[in-house]
Order: sequence, then C-alpha cells, then structure tokens
Amino acid sequence: MMPQTPMANDKTLLRMEDVSIVFSSPDEADIEAVRQVDFTLTRGKTLALVGESGCGKSVTARTILRLLDKNARIPSGRILFSPGDGETTDIATLNPDSTAMRSIRGNKISMIFQEPMSSLSPVHTIGAQIDEMILLHENLDKKGARARTIELLEQVGIPGARQRADAYPFQLSGGLRQRAMIAMALACKPDLLIADEPTTALDVTTQAQILDLLRSLRDEFGMAMLFITHDLGVVAEIADEVAVMYLGDVVEQGDVFDVFKSPQHPYTRALMSSIPRMTRRADRQRLNPIQGTVPSPKNRPSGCAFTTRCPHAFEPCAAVRPEPTGTSENHWARCHLLTDPQAPRVDGLIQPKVEGGSDAYQGDRT
Amino acid sequence: MLGFLVRRLIAMVLTIWAVSFVAFAIIQLPPGDYLTSYVAQLSAAGDRIDPQTIEALRERYGLGDPFIVQYFKWISGIVQGDFGDSFEWSAPVSELIWGRMGNSVLLEGLAVLVMWLVALPIGIYAAVRKYSLGDYLATVGGFIGLAIPNFLFALVLMYLWYVYFGQTLGGLYSPEMANSPWSIAKLLDFLSRAWAPILVLATAGTAQLIRVMRANLLDELSKPYVVTARSKGLPEWRVVLKYPVRVALNPLVSTIGWLLPTLVSSSVVVSAVMNLPTAGPLLLRSLTTQDMYLAGAIILLLGILTILGTLISDLILAWIDPRIRHGGM
Repeated sequence: MMPQTPMANDKTLLRMEDVSIVFSSPDEADIEAVRQVDFTLTRGKTLALVGESGCGKSVTARTILRLLDKNARIPSGRILFSPGDGETTDIATLNPDSTAMRSIRGNKISMIFQEPMSSLSPVHTIGAQIDEMILLHENLDKKGARARTIELLEQVGIPGARQRADAYPFQLSGGLRQRAMIAMALACKPDLLIADEPTTALDVTTQAQILDLLRSLRDEFGMAMLFITHDLGVVAEIADEVAVMYLGDVVEQGDVFDVFKSPQHPYTRALMSSIPRMTRRADRQRLNPIQGTVPSPKNRPSGCAFTTRCPHAFEPCAAVRPEPTGTSENHWARCHLLTDPQAPRVDGLIQPKVEGGSDAYQGDRT
Repeated sequence: MLGFLVRRLIAMVLTIWAVSFVAFAIIQLPPGDYLTSYVAQLSAAGDRIDPQTIEALRERYGLGDPFIVQYFKWISGIVQGDFGDSFEWSAPVSELIWGRMGNSVLLEGLAVLVMWLVALPIGIYAAVRKYSLGDYLATVGGFIGLAIPNFLFALVLMYLWYVYFGQTLGGLYSPEMANSPWSIAKLLDFLSRAWAPILVLATAGTAQLIRVMRANLLDELSKPYVVTARSKGLPEWRVVLKYPVRVALNPLVSTIGWLLPTLVSSSVVVSAVMNLPTAGPLLLRSLTTQDMYLAGAIILLLGILTILGTLISDLILAWIDPRIRHGGM
C-alpha cells in the first residue's frame, strides 16, 4: 500500500509534515522529544491533539510558533502555513526571532496557555497587555487600541470590561483571567488559535463555560483551532477532528466521530477502553488500563513507539516504522496491523484482505 | 496609598527615636568617658593633671549625671538642631559633620549609581546568554571583584597610578578648591579625583549585583508569562526588558534601603587609605577617643539614613509592583 496522508486542499490552513523536534543539552545525548508529527488543520475546524503527559503535545504546539528554547532543533519536516493570501510559508525554516516569524505570532497564529495566572504578566494591567498586542500588529493609536480591547473583553464575557481593563491579573478570578487571555489571543483576529490545555487549571463549571466560549468564538471569528488536551471528554465536547499522539508520534488522525467510534490504532483503542462508562450493573466491565509504562524517548523502539505495550505487536513492529494508512475518508492511522497481510486479526480494525477474507476496506486516499 | 504613607511616617519617627536611644546607649558602653581617655593621653605624654580640674570638667559637661538625664539633655538639643560640642575638636558637632556626611552621601551615591549602571546590563546579558563566553567572563570577573579586598584594590590602584602617571591619587578636592563654593570648575576637580574611590567602592558591589541580577532574571526567564510575551510577536529584546527584567528588579529595589549605610560603614578603610574626607574615618576616630557627642551624631545619622532608605525603597517598590500597591495596605 502507498502512504496515504490526506493531500492539501484550499481549505487547509496548516500542515505538519513529518516534523521531528530534538533537544540538545551540553551534558547528555540529544533527546528526540517529537519524532514524527503530521496532521492537518482546516479553516474553521477544531483539531484536538490528545495524548498523555510528556508525549510531545505542548512541544508540538510551541513549535508551530517557534517558541521553543534555543536548544531545540527541527532536524526534519515542514510546517506549511497557508493564510488566505495565497502564500505558503514553511515555518520550520524561519528564524524564531525574525520579522517574518514575529509577524505571524499573535497576528496570524496566537496561543493561550494552561495557567492563566502565571501566563499573564503580574505587573501589567490586562488592558495594557492586550493593547500591546493590538499596537504591535494593527495600525491603531493607543485610544483605538484601548477601544478594541474593551470590545474584546466584552466579547469574551467579562462584566464591567471598561473597569476590568485596568485590573491586574491577581485581582481577577481564574475564569476571568482565562477569558482575558482569550481576548488577548483574539485581539488581531488570528487564522489559527492554539489552545494548550486551556481548561486544565480551572474548576469544572468554569471549564464548561470556557469551552462554550471558545466554540462560539471560533464560529464567530471563522478561525481554526488546535486544542491540546489529555481529557477525552473535552475532545468530544469541542473537536471536529482528533490527532492522537504517543511518545512523540502522531499515531492516528481522523474525524472525531470516526476515531471515537472505530479507533484504528491499538493505542487509541486502549485509551478509549480506559474511560469508565455509565452502564447498568449487569453490563459493567472492569476498567482496562494500558499495561506497562511509557518508555523514555531514549528507549523508544525504532519502529512503532507503542510496540513495548501493544497487545497485538508482531514481527515488523519493533523495527519498521509504520506508514500512515487511510482507513476511511479523513481518517488514518500508523499501524502494521492495517497493512500487513500476515498481521494477527483484531476485532474492529480495518485490515487488509487475506486469501478468502472479505472484510477489508481499502481506505480512501484523500 | 496616603494612609500607607502616613502610617509609615509615624512608624519612622518612632523608629528614629528608638535608634537615638540605642545610639546613645552604645556610645556610653565603653568604660570611662572622654575625660578618662584624655587623662590617659596626657599622662602617656608625661603630663600630670590635677584631679580637681578633671572633676570640674566632668561637672561642666554633665558627664557625672545619670544616663537618662544625659540622654535627655542630648536629645532635646538635637531636636532644636544642636548636636552638642565635640570634646576633641572643641567645636560644635554640626559644624564638623555636615561637610563630611555630604561627601559620604555624594561618594556612596555615585558608587551605587555606577554599580547599578554597570551591573544590571552585564547581569541581564549573563542571564539571557547563560553559559556563553560572555557569561563565563562576567562570572570570573565578578568573583575576582568580589574576592579582592577594597583597601588592597585601592593600594594597588594608587601604586600603579603613581608608577605610570606620576600622580598621587587621594582626597576628593585639590587644596585650593576644598573650601570654595560649588561651581563647574569644582565639579570637574571633584570628578577628576573622585573616580578612583568610586571605582574602588563600586567594584565589590558590582560583582555581587551581577550575580543577584543574573539569578533573579534566570528565575523569571523560565516563567510562562515570558512565553506569552514572545507569542505576541514582540522582538526578543523587548520581551526580556519589558517583562522578566521588570519583575527581576523588584528584589533589588528593596535592597536600596540598606545599601547606603552599608557603603558608609564599609568605606572606612578605603577612606583611610585614600585619605578621603568622609564620615567613616571621623566616626572611627571619635569612637576611639570617646568623643561621645560626635560619635552619637554620626551613628544617629547613619540610622536615619537606613530608615529613610528603607522608606524610599518601599515607596519605589509599591510604585513599580502593583501586587504590593494593591495588596494588604
């Protein structure tokens, strides 16, 4: 079978192609925190990037804005960004402090973070911090910027926006701070909003409000959103598409309904079966956790990263890296089970035909 | 803010009063008084003094009174601007100290200014380019500056200057300028001599300040708000100067208060070596001869300097840090 990543079309806003990210340190060997990331962001859609802590989600997100420390490199891969003007930029080749990169940051792509308290400057008012962003990218004077700021604060649902603009972050509650952060990120009407676990630090009711707000703002602004989380409930709530990461690899991407209904990668399947379900007593099952622990990136198998914990691992898994395999429209996974005719049969997977078999779906190559 | 200021001012007056009491107690601590050491000096020189004359003198200066009575005589004089007379110089204390305190404050103030101007940029550079060649140079230079005693540096500097330029470094004013009023010529004269003691006094402090600034800034540079600032699209130097440097300065600002008195007391040796007309050597001499009113006045002024410095740094801190301005006042 041929590699089958979805091809770019005019609705594509950003494509990560085979990106790897390496951190070097003076005392130790280099660490490849992210080995193979590819996913596609579509205008107006939300892609959720899920995976456990340390799998490289946040590093991937920061790489899109080139916000990583100086000891990080992108040895391979392309980050193709196509905002509306017909130009496509490969962000991976830009210098992090160049004018070209800085005119994208905040202006075309903006970001909100997990901790709204520590992510806002403690010694500047939120109004001043939002004004700064507008003054930097838009052709407005201070008065105009402040007017826009107040409008934005109202838009994200901060009561008494005019007064609150002069408040310092420590004078606001966690929910209001995150709203201010969102207002700042939206200040220049970006094409892409990257949200790095924006609700993790908030309590549950505030979480729901912030998710609702993000969803309605996405529709209002028509932007794409990259939503990073480890909470599958949040994914179901907000995402159109999901990309699943494990130990520096994106192992599966697809429409949120497809991925939740028929996950094709063993890791995704294991994730889904580790969510408790509400059922009648008779139908209850014990939770089925993933066996073993995540190895360090240093001990990652050269083939599929999940080999050490995969219940279905067979001969090529440890040594040969699986190619992305389309299983249905806009849905692909990287797994030898999906391509190798010799692979063990697994219920629910769309596997290739063996002699006499008939259940294979030859995935669309979109 | 106004309530804060009023409360601080009241507390300040009470503290100054307490300091005056302690200062007076300290200068009374050594056994005997000025007359005892005066007699000892005279008898060492072979002179003899009639004990009755001593007694009369002691009566005249009120040295036989109980401690509390002496203290009230002293403090009520000070409230009216009269610091008493120096025994040794036979002159009012106020005439002796103002010029010297002025020199001290001017010299130390300039040293502090030089310290900050030199140390902050180097500290910022060392933190932003951690483990670079420049950082290592700043670290090595800083530790050398920290390790060399001030007086040794002063001696070496004076020696080298004399050997290579044939001039002596010392004093703050040339003899003909010393008593003239301030003018451009006097300022130039002052600067042409004062650079050496300022350099000596600033060296150790600069080294220390570089280390503190570097450590503070390194803590701040890894905070999430710096990433946020970067994600806005600001140029790197603006990100660093506007956000983490601003926050990293707070702990330094709070040290301004006790910087001044520390410099005054630590400069005694340098002043002695370089023959500077500052308050330090005067204090040392007055303490050894038990010239109590002179010593008391200098100690009291140092205390007031500390308290004023603390107030100033608190006000600056409240001005630059909203968390202090709005929290718990």
